[in-house]
Amino acid sequence: MNDALMTDTYSPSAQLSIRNVTKVFHGKQDLFSKLSGKSSADFVAIEDISLDIEPNTFVTIIGPSGCGKSTLLNMVAGLSDTTVGEILLNDIPITGPGPDRGMVFQNYALMPWMTVEENIRFAVETVYPKLSGKQMQRTIKEHIQLVGLAGAETKHPHELSGGMRQRVGIARALAISPQILLMDEPFGALDALTRGFLQDEVVRIWEQQRKTVIMITHSIEEALLLSDRIVMMTRGPAARVDEILEVPFPRPRHRETIDQHPAYHDLKAEMESHLFRETRAVEEAQLA
Amino acid sequence: MALSKPTGTKFYGGERESLFFNENVRAFLLFVGSLIAFLLLWEMGARFGVFAKGMPPASTTLKELWWWSTHPFFDNGPNDLGIGWNLLISLRRVAIGYTLASLIAVPLGILIGISPIAQKAFNPYIQLLKPVSPLAWLPLGLYILRDSEQTGIFIILISSIWPTLINTAFGVANVNPEYLDVSKTLGASRLRTIFKVIIPAALPSIVAGLRISMGIAWLVIVAAEMLLGTGLGYFIWNEWNNLYIPNILVAIFIIGLVGLILDSIFAALEKFVAFGRNS
Ligand SMILES: Nc1ncnc2c1ncn2[C@@H]1O[C@H](COP(=O)(O)OP(=O)(O)OP(=O)(O)O)[C@@H](O)[C@H]1O
Ligand SMILES: [Mg+2]
Repeated sequence: MNDALMTDTYSPSAQLSIRNVTKVFHGKQDLFSKLSGKSSADFVAIEDISLDIEPNTFVTIIGPSGCGKSTLLNMVAGLSDTTVGEILLNDIPITGPGPDRGMVFQNYALMPWMTVEENIRFAVETVYPKLSGKQMQRTIKEHIQLVGLAGAETKHPHELSGGMRQRVGIARALAISPQILLMDEPFGALDALTRGFLQDEVVRIWEQQRKTVIMITHSIEEALLLSDRIVMMTRGPAARVDEILEVPFPRPRHRETIDQHPAYHDLKAEMESHLFRETRAVEEAQLA
Repeated sequence: MALSKPTGTKFYGGERESLFFNENVRAFLLFVGSLIAFLLLWEMGARFGVFAKGMPPASTTLKELWWWSTHPFFDNGPNDLGIGWNLLISLRRVAIGYTLASLIAVPLGILIGISPIAQKAFNPYIQLLKPVSPLAWLPLGLYILRDSEQTGIFIILISSIWPTLINTAFGVANVNPEYLDVSKTLGASRLRTIFKVIIPAALPSIVAGLRISMGIAWLVIVAAEMLLGTGLGYFIWNEWNNLYIPNILVAIFIIGLVGLILDSIFAALEKFVAFGRNS
């Protein structure tokens, strides 16, 4: 199971390859900050993480709060640079953001002044400026239907519930047909029931499209329901990958029956003990 | 229709507001009551000589108000001009000066908001010039432009530029970083990001700035016109020279009313661009 941790052997078939990546947030150490007593030390958020992700797999990242999950995902998105190491997408190093990676944000990040349709159109138009009006319209409509938003096209985000807004977020990310979908706690701001609905939607859509997905979550059940592999990170600072779990459940999966699989409870217990141990260590460190 | 279905709405307890006594009706009654009381006290006070000599009673003032509003457009030379003309003259000056100010302030504000360097470079000018009283520019304007009309417009411009400029720069600099991340992950060009994301995102701030600027322009024009020769400000100045107080009161009322209308237009505009955001 720990093959992926062997940093010297990279999988040749990997679509995304994270190689010995370290991220340091540099503190303020110039003279002015020192004089004004506002200097801060460098902070090593994650250290020497390597991870290969095969095409068409659903990978979730789970770890204690503040360990650097978002930091890692933002580097994959190209929104922030790696300090050491590199991230390869189809063997080409990532140097910045690009439409080959679609991003779903925790707080939806929809433009409030655009309707549902306009939000999606903005994405499609930006990535495919040469698309004909007809094709554009078709793409938009397809994705609105894909996430079950038909009828809400002309609504503005503030007129929609959180669950509906995140559907728009997902439709927008998929509409540009990215190679990889990145989701940072996409359901974190939703109530349990809505969360369940959206997970089911994601299961359905994923089985239709089988896109590579990297998703961050805090929910063990969510990770088990959705993923092929679960990457468990240690606490920060200098967070690492602790263990990678393979999730063997057959697809299509259903939330009602998934816990009947013989491996379900062992996997769940293992994740719980990992998260419990790391989170308690974080709290102890804060008390010390 | 509700009457034909007597069992249509159920009553679930709680205080049912009577039609004739809800909050709005009460506020209106209080408004009317206090207005009548005020006018009565004014009328009495003036008739029994409680106020300064020459202070007109309410009835005279209201009669004048009626007369001026029913004869807005006559023209017997600059010192005897209908209040409608004076109003239009003031509005025209404000419109030109304010539009010019906005045309400078909005693009410059966007530039300053986008670029931290421009922000640092221009901030000293803004901070230094913003607190200067508009009237302090008057002599300079008259000297440079040698024209009272242009000077009036110049004063409006220079005094109404700052709130729009500052608010625009603030709005642009504080666009929700998630919107920018969306734009970046899509690979949008800088120009597309500015026009499709940054400006619409900053629009509530920009309109709020435009609203404050409009309020200032309307405040300043009256003061400036006292020294310039036409317009509502001059109307007041002229009536002061005639020592005819009712017309001054009429002008104050009209200035207030027009200011109120201008402000409501911008308040409506703010609502229109808010889309659920509260700014
Ligand atoms: N721009 C930054 N400058 C300095 N430190 C940062 C910065 N961004 C994040 N950090 C620090 O890096 C660590 C990891 O942050 P990150 O947001 O990646 O955690 P996370 O795992 O996503 O947490 P959560 O589960 O709460 O979302 C945190 O300790 C955070 O304080
Ligand atoms: Mg995070």
